[in-house]
Amino acid sequence: MRPPRAAELGLIACHCCDLVCEYHPGCEGRPCPRCGSRLQRRRPDAQARAWALLIAGVLLYIPANLLPIVSSSLLGKDDNSTILSSILDFWNGGSWGIALLVFGASVVVPCVKFLALAFLLLSSRRGSTWAGVQRTHLYRLLELFGYWSMLDVMVVAMLAAAVNFPALGEIEPAPGVLFFGAMVIVTMLSTMSFDPRSIWDGDQT
Amino acid sequence: MNPQHSEDAAEPLITSPRWPAALVWLVPLLAALLGASILLQSWLSTGPEISIEFRTANGLEAGKTPVKYKDVTVGTVSDISLSEDGSHVIARVALIKNAASLAFDGTRFWVVRPRVGANGVSGIDTLLSGAYIGVDKGIATKPARHFIGLEQPPVVLGGMPGKSFVLHTDDLGSLDIGSPVYYRRIAVGRVAAYHLAPDGKDVRVQIFIDAPYDRSVSRNTRFWNASGLDVSVNADGFKLKTQSLSTIVAGGVAFATPDYAPGEAAAENAEFELSRDQESAMAAPDGPAHFIQLRFTQALRGLSIGAPVKFLGMDLGRVVSMDLDYDTSRRRFPTIVGILVYPQRLGQVRKKLPDFEGQAQQQAVAFLRSMVAQGLRAQARSGNLLTGQLYISLEFVANAAPVSFDADARPLVLPTVESSLDSLQDQLASVVSKLDRLPIESIGHHLDSTLLNLDQTLVQFNGPLLGETTRTLQQAQRTLSSAQAMFSEDAPMQQEIGQTLQDAQRSFRSLRALSELLSRQPESLLRGLPAAPPASPHAPEAPTP
Repeated sequence: MRPPRAAELGLIACHCCDLVCEYHPGCEGRPCPRCGSRLQRRRPDAQARAWALLIAGVLLYIPANLLPIVSSSLLGKDDNSTILSSILDFWNGGSWGIALLVFGASVVVPCVKFLALAFLLLSSRRGSTWAGVQRTHLYRLLELFGYWSMLDVMVVAMLAAAVNFPALGEIEPAPGVLFFGAMVIVTMLSTMSFDPRSIWDGDQT
Repeated sequence: MNPQHSEDAAEPLITSPRWPAALVWLVPLLAALLGASILLQSWLSTGPEISIEFRTANGLEAGKTPVKYKDVTVGTVSDISLSEDGSHVIARVALIKNAASLAFDGTRFWVVRPRVGANGVSGIDTLLSGAYIGVDKGIATKPARHFIGLEQPPVVLGGMPGKSFVLHTDDLGSLDIGSPVYYRRIAVGRVAAYHLAPDGKDVRVQIFIDAPYDRSVSRNTRFWNASGLDVSVNADGFKLKTQSLSTIVAGGVAFATPDYAPGEAAAENAEFELSRDQESAMAAPDGPAHFIQLRFTQALRGLSIGAPVKFLGMDLGRVVSMDLDYDTSRRRFPTIVGILVYPQRLGQVRKKLPDFEGQAQQQAVAFLRSMVAQGLRAQARSGNLLTGQLYISLEFVANAAPVSFDADARPLVLPTVESSLDSLQDQLASVVSKLDRLPIESIGHHLDSTLLNLDQTLVQFNGPLLGETTRTLQQAQRTLSSAQAMFSEDAPMQQEIGQTLQDAQRSFRSLRALSELLSRQPESLLRGLPAAPPASPHAPEAPTP
């Protein structure tokens, strides 16, 4: 036998101050009488929000890869690098470690995030109870990685600040980095919108 | 649900609802719109793709090398590959949309890289930024996708103000594409191209003169090759001419319009002759030439093709051919020299002479015959004693042997005489040969025997004759020494002479006293001295008056 849930006991707890309120239909979304936080069993429209933001993230990821993220002009030589071309440059130049790092941060992590989030959304929508603990772990992992996804944007920002010698060498952020940053933000929002409690919603027995 | 719990549980507050959740779908919509707009923009800005052949891909880099027209990037090299036969490389270039007008035949492509040439340095900026492909738009309107890149940047870009002209020359000299064109020593243009005429007989040099200097080119403008140094030595001294330092290395063309014949401005692509130097360019036109043959029996070492033909010192033409001939009757090899004579160079005097052209040609030949009868002859003269260069001189030779002149022969043959220097040489040679014939050897023998006789005579002379002479000389010496002893200070004869002289001195003194007495008292001679000392008994008797 599994222990009862709050909803089954006719109760709803405040997320913020843990005040336990009596549940009745229509009380969801109302503020907590003690701290004013919104009372909700599940995040409202979690699925729709997460999907919308996830799709927006995927859409933003396309121009982020196609457009140059950084435009450098060193000693009169102009160069526009996209993410992939800079990875290739690093790889061909023998800097395999940096190439792998950038590849991991800019390609593997976002793609894995898209796929994992989609998987979580789909499985929780279907009410699957399969591997609930592992899926919860996956979600925690996604939240953790979310902070590090801004690596590229940080690198570009730091380069642009550090390398700024007019006429000798200048590095400036290119439009691609805006899309990349937006993609990271939107994906993080999508991850936040997802309600990990929905992983266990299928467990009705 | 348990009712006992509900009493303890707090009641949620009721507030107004938040904004509808469906608005969250605006975020992916916005992202899709942004992505689509960027895709649309890149699709719209993509122009035609062209391919350019180059001999080498030196400096080109796929994905990086830009294509620039008027220093605006109009495309990028997207791919570089070898041609099928491997003879050249093909660069694929993705042009941007608004550069689609460049994808027409007539457009020229070349790689801009640093170049250091005789005309200067170009493409320095590409040292750091890397090479790029330069573009020049042509005037053709036929679309094209495949181009052949130039190996050198074109000298004349489309749309440059100015005019191009075509020069004909026998020989390109040291001209090259980019060689400067000078007008009054100002660089006003450059050589744009050159190519051999289809028949291979001359070179056509295309030059471009920048505006506004192109107005200075008129129909009467003369062009000449100003390449290198023009060193000349003449009666005025040593002259060195050059247009500028760079023409020494890179060659150049100069032009000028004679002041006496300013014409209207020449049209685009007008054709001109390119003369060898300024003098020949500015010389009055030569007019038609006449070919005359000369037949020399002497050797003509030092006469070269192009040597001048002078008539009474005036430059009248030049030597164009030299051939050996064989005279079967005399078994000699005379030289046939062909000369071109330009009668127009005679100048004003031609008005007094019969016309050499057309109908009056017979008359001219008759005139020439009369000239020959008066002694007009061709000579091969030495123009320079140091180098031995010969020139042909047409002169009236006094006492020339009369010759027959064939007025019907074509080409005309002028009689020749040997030059004065040659006859001088002959005389010298005969003198030398006469000297050679002298019996120097027998003269030497005779001289030798004569000297031997002389030697014997001298030996005889040295023997007995010399002894006699020595003795005679010794006697003479003795005689002289005794004579010397006789005249010495302490010789007795000397002392006797001294005493004798003293005696004589005394006698003269008493004589003087007597003569003084007589002159004072002449009567004393008769009466004796009155109470006066008597005259000296030694005094001689004075004559009575």
